[in-house]
Amino acid sequence: MAKVRILIAKPGLDGHDRGAKVIARTLRDAGFEVIYTGLRQTPEAIVSTAIQEDVDAIGVSILSGAHNTIFPKIVLLLKERGVNDIIVFGGGVIPDEDIPFLKSSGVSTIFTPGTSTEDVVKFVNENIKPKHAA
Amino acid sequence: MDSFTQRVLDGDELAAARLMRLTDDRIKGYDAYMRNIWRHTGNAHVIGITGAPGAGKSTLVDALIYEYRSKGKTVGVVAIDPSSPFSGGAILGDRIRMSGHSNDSGVFIRSVATRGHLGGLSVSAMDIAAIMDAMGKDAVIIETVGVGQDEIEVAAVADSCVVVTVPGMGDDIQAIKAGILEIADIFVVNKADRDGVERTVKDLETMLSFTPRHRYNWTPPIIKTTASEKSGIDTLYERLEDHRSFAMSALKAEKQQARLLHAANGIIKERVFTELFHSQKLSEAIKNERNDPYTAVEKIWEQCIISTGN
Ligand SMILES: Nc1nc2c(ncn2[C@@H]2O[C@H](COP(=O)(O)OP(=O)(O)O)[C@@H](O)[C@H]2O)c(=O)[nH]1
Ligand SMILES: [Mg+2]
Repeated sequence: MAKVRILIAKPGLDGHDRGAKVIARTLRDAGFEVIYTGLRQTPEAIVSTAIQEDVDAIGVSILSGAHNTIFPKIVLLLKERGVNDIIVFGGGVIPDEDIPFLKSSGVSTIFTPGTSTEDVVKFVNENIKPKHAA
Repeated sequence: MDSFTQRVLDGDELAAARLMRLTDDRIKGYDAYMRNIWRHTGNAHVIGITGAPGAGKSTLVDALIYEYRSKGKTVGVVAIDPSSPFSGGAILGDRIRMSGHSNDSGVFIRSVATRGHLGGLSVSAMDIAAIMDAMGKDAVIIETVGVGQDEIEVAAVADSCVVVTVPGMGDDIQAIKAGILEIADIFVVNKADRDGVERTVKDLETMLSFTPRHRYNWTPPIIKTTASEKSGIDTLYERLEDHRSFAMSALKAEKQQARLLHAANGIIKERVFTELFHSQKLSEAIKNERNDPYTAVEKIWEQCIISTGN
């Protein structure tokens, strides 16, 4: 009866959340529970929400170019609050050369434009399990 | 008392969130904690918010949270959204309307999927509300999906039940669903910025005057709100406080009993279907009895009675 729970967040001040919504729907249709919080979330708000919802993963969509500060901030805040069982992954307009830095700061994977929705589902199926479920 | 439960009772967010997860997922051993939790409930003002999808329930809850916080009260919210009957997944989006409270430690919001319990309030949702009550939240708000049986059930288990409608609904007698008039302790006509509010209020008043309801001396007020502008919320808060004082004296014990019974009923159903009549066992019995569901159930029933020694 355990279900994977994923927070889909869209930080930053840039306009739309079309991509984040597509991912949310894809994940729902693959049988996961998605907590969707809408636009303009700060890293602090994202982490507080992830804790209250006790999710297995946070998927962050970033178009604004602020990925090099936002991702490490989220990872750091999780650590500061004593959370070590939430996977962070991301997607959006992120240049290839930034990806090694993001991964070394604790981001599990980055989906760049052109990634198919099947790839995202495959990633979740292979890497994210409900906590505690035997 | 074990230290984990103690942390929940002390209001520790990480522990409470974790217990909600163990409970929602029915992870082996969760019930040992819930036994202690339930014994510590009965202090919060449990408020049910119901009404059709899109009526503005989440927006109203958001505005109410600000109102409660401005009075120094802490708030827990159980926000229920439907699971997809096809995939079993869900998009839980009520938090979109409540994002202003993410950094307020006096507010705990939890999104819950129906997980196949559509048509009623799941034991999980009740358990999560109980955890918030036991954590010491002053008000625990349950936002229902707003379809079918869950509206009636939330009214049975909440101290105060708020039914949200919008202008225009009164134009069509069918739009006021059967049973809705009887369950509301407070009516909210939300989206009062739209045309037709006065007419909807009048229609509701008329319908209410023909509705024999209260065994108790309480007439449900009708309140106009524009939740998106936080207008009318102070009045809603006052009426909720009035009803709380009323419910505390006339109904509190009865309501707490209703919650415990509702939870117990759900626990029985869950155990019967997971332990005794799980679907594989049923399918086999039906096959063995050459497609006779009555005999199939009878056979399993007899086995259960024999094995429990009755
Ligand atoms: N015009 C108007 N729109 C509102 C009001 N309250 C909520 N809404 C909008 O109604 C839509 C549904 O609101 P939501 O709170 O999600 O409804 P729920 O499905 O009942 O939880 C959203 O677009 C809200 O912004 C209101 O008082 N006036
Ligand atoms: Mg809602």
